[in-house]
Amino acid sequence: MTDHHHPGLNLGHTDRSTHAAAEEMIFGFWIFLMSDMVLFALLFATYAAMSVHGVAGGPAPADLFELKSALYQTLLLLTSSFTFGMASLALKYRKDTGRLLFWMGVTFLLGAGFLVLEARDWVKMVTEHNAPPQRSGFLSIYYLLTGTHFAHVSAGMIWMAVMAVQLAVFGNDGPVKLRLMRLALFWHMLDVVWIGIFTFVILLGVAP
Amino acid sequence: MNTRDTYIPKSENQGAKREFVSYIKGGIASLVLTLAAFGLVAFDMVSGLGALAALGGLAIVQIVIQFRYFLHIDLQKSHRDDLQLILFTGLIVSLMIGGTLWILFDQHARM
Repeated sequence: MTDHHHPGLNLGHTDRSTHAAAEEMIFGFWIFLMSDMVLFALLFATYAAMSVHGVAGGPAPADLFELKSALYQTLLLLTSSFTFGMASLALKYRKDTGRLLFWMGVTFLLGAGFLVLEARDWVKMVTEHNAPPQRSGFLSIYYLLTGTHFAHVSAGMIWMAVMAVQLAVFGNDGPVKLRLMRLALFWHMLDVVWIGIFTFVILLGVAP
Repeated sequence: MNTRDTYIPKSENQGAKREFVSYIKGGIASLVLTLAAFGLVAFDMVSGLGALAALGGLAIVQIVIQFRYFLHIDLQKSHRDDLQLILFTGLIVSLMIGGTLWILFDQHARM
């Protein structure tokens, strides 16, 4: 027994043996998440330079971004981060899988809504504003940054679907819990990255 | 029972109800900060460097809140490893972002 604890919801006294196994595993996953943050940081840095100097006579951020759509996307992703928290509580305190699956389902739908709205923004930019990725350096890095986040959210949703199957087959037991705890960290972290995107890309792009 | 429970940090040892309240707090605080940030821009209340400072500040506060309430990182001793990793990542990230911007903006000024 150690006094070490890991990021995310700790199982603690509700499942001692799995909690002991979780410490090392979740710390390892945490290191992966931090390196993922470094990847996003470099995309943000490139975006910050390109959105000012790389417009190349094409459309600028203020011509393209819509606050309303960005707000809806932000609310969907923030709510999904919260509903995954509810799933984590069901994982920790309930042996049956019903409530856990319900909250994961809600999270999945919110994530799907986010992806649809973001994809609609891209389609609109390309078709109505003639702003495809190859138009300028700013647009290349814009699609790369938001696309990398989009790919992460999609991966999280595939992971959720796989975990729903594992829950149905194996039930809410040790190894399945550990995978869901890592998925929870991954999902919460995507909302943290989105805070950076809506602040530094959308809002600062639109602000005069 | 108490000796066993000392192994669990306070934030994890408060039962389902208080953990639920903790998620609610984080959710409401994030919602308020998000609406404040969008409101500042929607109603044209900020511009230029003021916008960068105000929106950047709101974003950093919201990130700290989500780390605290959703990812359960706090200042307790048992969480120091994770916190140090976050702070080190923060250092690397700020060096890379700061360095990239410095070099690219300097290059641009010379072109």
